[in-house]
Amino acid sequence: MLGYVVRRLLIMIPTLLVISFLVFLIIQAPPGDYLSSVVAECQARGETGCSDRIEMLRQQYHLDRPFIVQYGYWLFGLLRGDLGFSFEYQLPVTQVVGERLWLTIVVTFATVLFTWVVAFPIGVYSATHQYSLSDYAVTFFGILGLAVPSFLFALVLLYLANVYLGLSIGGLMDPDYIDKPWTWGKIGSILEHLWIPTIVIGGSGTAGMIRRLRANLLDELHKQYVVTARAKGLSPGRLLLKYPLRMSLNPFIADIGTLLPELVSGAVVVSVVMSLPTTGPMLLDALRSQDMYLAGSFLMFLALLTVVGVLLSDLALAALDPRIRLGGRASK
Amino acid sequence: MPGNDSHPVAPEVPAVREPIPHVASTEPFDPYSVEQISPEQERYFRASQWQMMWWRFLRHRLAVASGVFLLLLYASILISEFLAPYNYQTKDTLHAYAPPQSVHLFHEGTFLGPFVYPYDFKLNKTTFKREYVYDTSKPMPLRFFCLGDKYVFWGMIEGRFHLLCAPEKATAHLLGTDQLGRDMLSRLIYGARISLTIGLIGVALSFTLGIVIGGLAGYYGGWIDDLTQRLIEILRSLPHIPLWMALSAILPQTWSPLIVYFGITIILALLEWTGLARAVRSKLLSLREEDFCVAAQLMGARPRRIIGRHLLPSFMSHLIASATLSIPSMILGETSLSYLGLGLRSPITSWGVLLNDAQNINNVALYPWLMLPALPVILVVLAFNFFGDGLRDAADPYK
Repeated sequence: MLGYVVRRLLIMIPTLLVISFLVFLIIQAPPGDYLSSVVAECQARGETGCSDRIEMLRQQYHLDRPFIVQYGYWLFGLLRGDLGFSFEYQLPVTQVVGERLWLTIVVTFATVLFTWVVAFPIGVYSATHQYSLSDYAVTFFGILGLAVPSFLFALVLLYLANVYLGLSIGGLMDPDYIDKPWTWGKIGSILEHLWIPTIVIGGSGTAGMIRRLRANLLDELHKQYVVTARAKGLSPGRLLLKYPLRMSLNPFIADIGTLLPELVSGAVVVSVVMSLPTTGPMLLDALRSQDMYLAGSFLMFLALLTVVGVLLSDLALAALDPRIRLGGRASK
Repeated sequence: MPGNDSHPVAPEVPAVREPIPHVASTEPFDPYSVEQISPEQERYFRASQWQMMWWRFLRHRLAVASGVFLLLLYASILISEFLAPYNYQTKDTLHAYAPPQSVHLFHEGTFLGPFVYPYDFKLNKTTFKREYVYDTSKPMPLRFFCLGDKYVFWGMIEGRFHLLCAPEKATAHLLGTDQLGRDMLSRLIYGARISLTIGLIGVALSFTLGIVIGGLAGYYGGWIDDLTQRLIEILRSLPHIPLWMALSAILPQTWSPLIVYFGITIILALLEWTGLARAVRSKLLSLREEDFCVAAQLMGARPRRIIGRHLLPSFMSHLIASATLSIPSMILGETSLSYLGLGLRSPITSWGVLLNDAQNINNVALYPWLMLPALPVILVVLAFNFFGDGLRDAADPYK
């Protein structure tokens, strides 16, 4: 087991290197950089000494060096925990992002939990009651959940929550608590606001999860050992819990590899719509204004979040499923 | 044996009869006459693979209905200009933010055919909201096959002929208007052209990428396979929308809308090919070992011929099904990007661009019809899902 963990961790290194290279390629790609637009603005105001100051900044951040050198500086900065400098805010990125990264993790975690808690009973129910009216209803809502654009769902739910429940529009907490130190009241307010983004972001993921769980469980239920157990007189509830459910649980954990990128993707759009204090809105702004290091840090962070999540799910799967052999190569 | 008188009863000797005459049938001998197959069965057994897929597909009612629906929609984009009652750029500033105008059939109990009541807004002095009031004394019949707004058909032929026009001196905003008084229905019809084709072109691109890359990986194996597998794993573990956002932020603002459109399709395809490449690879790996493939190899066929002539056709149907299932995510991707203002920009009109107006929660509360462009998005995504499901079931007709 330990060897497997170590190997999995080692594989992550080249993966993250490739990702960081892709991210840097993307944030570097727009023609020109933020500083050149600053120069243009500065000169338009008629100030003198613009280019000197900018030239200094440019040297400080190695923007005058070739691409690969810039990448090297950025990468080593990342390793030391220095995320670079946000040109727009004139602050180091670490100070700009502040709580956002943590809140992103909170929202993502809540969504994964929501997906599991909702998808599990519904999936089991609709598999054991195949072709019943409720099964069709669940399937219908599941497909609808896949088809409705998340931002639209978010807008409608925000509106309804505001009209009927009196929640403040947008944000992850009551406006009174923003930039205040952490108190129980603040946490309570976050919990109160968390459910809308959770439902919206988790919606399509839950739908997919229900579908897969239902299919897996149905496969198991038609196998012979189930018939045998039933013939021996095992009670339906015990029968279900003892074998088929366990078998269909694995994809539940393994699925996080597909679920997490989806959730993070959805979260970005939804958080822009709901102006959540997470990575989404600031990433959008940073991309628009070519604030490259800020955008790069967010992209890197989101990628890291999914890669680590997938790693955790792999480890959990290896620990839970005795059939998974860690040594040999996967058969093709 | 003494005392044992239970002799087995001797079989009765049959009475002597006339010998049975020797008969030989003069009918032609048919050894299969016992297992007769009806013409129906014969048709089934002799059907080609594609024919069987077609029959199988027809059994999936929902998929057929979705297919017809999609076909109609795609046909409509050929003649959007004719179908739309207005030109999508016509501004009617006197009717900005007008709600959907209802169509009536009966005026005070008499049947008049489809007509509308004209409406005009009054500014509510306390809430500053535009309130539209119908003038129910003047029914105005809608005109069909009529001359209306000017348009340039596919950017080439000028015309004024429409399927449906507003009555003279009145409006027919069946789905309301936006901030500038542009007709929503017309913009929806024009938007279909972009939104529907972007998924199709994107899928065509990612299909090509997937087949080439997955084909190489699956056929040659070895380090090529390892390399592409790692790349695919990495790409799949990345969240798509942030990357799409970042990539579309690269497209310069100065590009013409048409180039931006192609840029967006390429961006969508760049991350979507992985699923198809995986499918191609795993199918190739299993089929490569089949006898017919070995036979072709022994006969000296080149890899290109083996892949193209023997391997690809045997799982093309699966590929088409999975490609269909990846169209919806592209359509949703474009919608999300344009909604965030990173994708297409006006004057190009797509459903996502239209939804951009609905970004503000005030608009949702005051002018809910601005969210109507979401309806075709939902319907199309649903239809593609059902259609793809049907295709996937039909893809393997021998099961």
